[in-house]
Amino acid sequence: VGKSKVDDEVLDNLEEILVTSDVGVDTTLKIIGRIEERVARDKFVNTSELNAILNEEIVALLAENNTEDYTQFSIPKDKKPYVIMVVGVNGVGKTTTIGKLAYQLKQSGHKVILGAADTFRAAAVDQLKIWGERVDVPVVTQGMGADPASVAFDALQSAIGQDADVVIIDTAGRLHNKINLMNELSKIKRVMQKLIPDAPHEILLVLDASTGQNAFEQAKQFTLATEVNALALTKLDGTAKGGVVIGISDQFKIPVKYIGVGEGIEHLQVFNRKEFVGSLFSER
Amino acid sequence: MFDNLSDKLDRAFKVLKGQGQISEVNVAETSKEIRRALLDADVNYKIAKNFADSVKEKALGQDVLTSVSPGQLFTKITHDELASLMGGESTDINLKGSPAVILIAGLQGSGKTTFSGKLSNYLKKKKGKNPMLVAADVYRPAAIDQLHVLGEQINIEVYSDKENKNPVEIAKAGITHAKSKGFDVVIIDTAGRLAVDEQMMNEIAAVKQAINPSEILFVVDSMTGQDAVNTAKAFNDRLDFDGVVLTKLDGDTRGGAALSIRSVVDKPIKFVGTGEKMEALDVFYPKRMADRILGM
Ligand SMILES: Nc1nc2c(ncn2[C@@H]2O[C@H](COP(=O)(O)OP(=O)(O)OP(=O)(O)O)[C@@H](O)[C@H]2O)c(=O)[nH]1
Ligand SMILES: Nc1nc2c(ncn2[C@@H]2O[C@H](COP(=O)(O)OP(=O)(O)OP(=O)(O)O)[C@@H](O)[C@H]2O)c(=O)[nH]1
Ligand SMILES: [K+]
Ligand SMILES: [Mg+2]
Ligand SMILES: [Mg+2]
Repeated sequence: VGKSKVDDEVLDNLEEILVTSDVGVDTTLKIIGRIEERVARDKFVNTSELNAILNEEIVALLAENNTEDYTQFSIPKDKKPYVIMVVGVNGVGKTTTIGKLAYQLKQSGHKVILGAADTFRAAAVDQLKIWGERVDVPVVTQGMGADPASVAFDALQSAIGQDADVVIIDTAGRLHNKINLMNELSKIKRVMQKLIPDAPHEILLVLDASTGQNAFEQAKQFTLATEVNALALTKLDGTAKGGVVIGISDQFKIPVKYIGVGEGIEHLQVFNRKEFVGSLFSER
Repeated sequence: MFDNLSDKLDRAFKVLKGQGQISEVNVAETSKEIRRALLDADVNYKIAKNFADSVKEKALGQDVLTSVSPGQLFTKITHDELASLMGGESTDINLKGSPAVILIAGLQGSGKTTFSGKLSNYLKKKKGKNPMLVAADVYRPAAIDQLHVLGEQINIEVYSDKENKNPVEIAKAGITHAKSKGFDVVIIDTAGRLAVDEQMMNEIAAVKQAINPSEILFVVDSMTGQDAVNTAKAFNDRLDFDGVVLTKLDGDTRGGAALSIRSVVDKPIKFVGTGEKMEALDVFYPKRMADRILGM
């Protein structure tokens, strides 16, 4: 503010904003590099134009990485049932996101079935069942302690039997450095493929906006184990900015598809690049 | 993802070899490396900067021993400084009062309910206490069931009232129940809440006011990034908590949030969570945490 030229001080401020939004040092330097190039190219850039340029550059960075803007909750028509497997570390918001997504997909006229394949965390099945009741969609369960792959298989089978459009599989939270638990995900996937060879069509990695640079490692390890092809960023209703997803979608070419903005049934939105980037620079 | 800090510093210090003292010129690059390492470990931006500056001050003018590489010397200064900031020795939990009342608070999904179970188990097995749990999260689906399942696993009584939607009343009734049954510690699990949620922050402040706990513990996910300072400060402003619990340290996060929180609220970290099982609880060791943040 009060500056007319983009100088080092302005760029330092920018660095602070990006780093404190969890963008990470590497990605921050990359973005600042792009800004410096722009400033060198189109002379006479002043700070009032900087915001617009910055937004453009980050939005472009996200666009280069397959993150398109979704305008509504929809699923491909040619895959029926469309199988979504939801994965992520502990407590990020997987089960809640499933409840909210089921609600949105049901609202848009789809027949949805949920599979309670977190059979480990205390009362995880009950939690998903309550979401199922709220949204009024069936939940396939085998109770606590059951084999998650077998639950997923059952859920797919009932989706086929009931001619459902979408089946969403909840999985237990697991830290990505636990090899056995990561292998279990690969197994769930394999077992589902016995019924539907190209399932799961969507592997949704849920990231918590308050997570810092460790989210990179999460994206890396979950992608290695399961070929993640969509991201959801939760808890954006707090003060955390979730900037780490910029670098993640850049490095792993995985689009951010959904954002969570609260605990209520309607608190899931499709990702919008401009709004997201705008929020990085809004009042904190 | 992270290079060992000491290696990095050695590289930054190649030029220094043979020089007798650490000087202003050769220290700048090193200070930058330290700052970078801290940022990569999720230490807050401003805190990382101040910390790197203070290490720089400390290092200036120190003799470079021929036996120790400058990188090692710098790493040692950094490490010692970090460990002392982290709180010297580990701090015990306050169990005064009959019963002693412990209130658990924190963001959504940080690990409060799991920690509540672990703490009761620890107090029973390691401290010879007779603890009881109170389920005061009336919002999250199946939160009460979750605590009951954990209580059953470890044989600890859980007080709950599914008809009551008022956490203040539940907490008070739980304590009354504990008194009548002769429990000597009451641990109250609460719903996750965001610091910016006025209504929910008012609620937990009201719980505190009503029950006057001997200990309030703020539970935070060790994977937390830059937001840790905002959250810790906001919770501390409202609750003036007594200690911090760092969860999910069985992951591979560097855990720089621990340093940020220490710096911004100056409250001890008392416990760390190291797994999903009820036994996966440890007291906090500042030196270990310093090693971890530096990737050593
Ligand atoms: N404020 C806010 N809270 C959220 C959001 N999404 C989830 N939560 C809360 O975060 C907590 C954890 O959510 P869960 O859905 O249980 O997370 P999970 O990943 O399934 O957890 P595990 O199965 O234990 O690994 C709950 O209290 C949710 O209500 C969000 O977008 N905003
Ligand atoms: N790996 C690991 N997982 C943990 C640890 N502590 C808690 N968890 C897991 O983290 C997830 C969230 O834990 P909860 O205890 O439900 O968290 P909470 O803070 O009570 O969540 P809300 O009540 O929804 O705000 C669960 O999957 C737990 O099993 C830990 O130290 N290590
Ligand atoms: K979290
Ligand atoms: Mg879950
Ligand atoms: Mg809880």
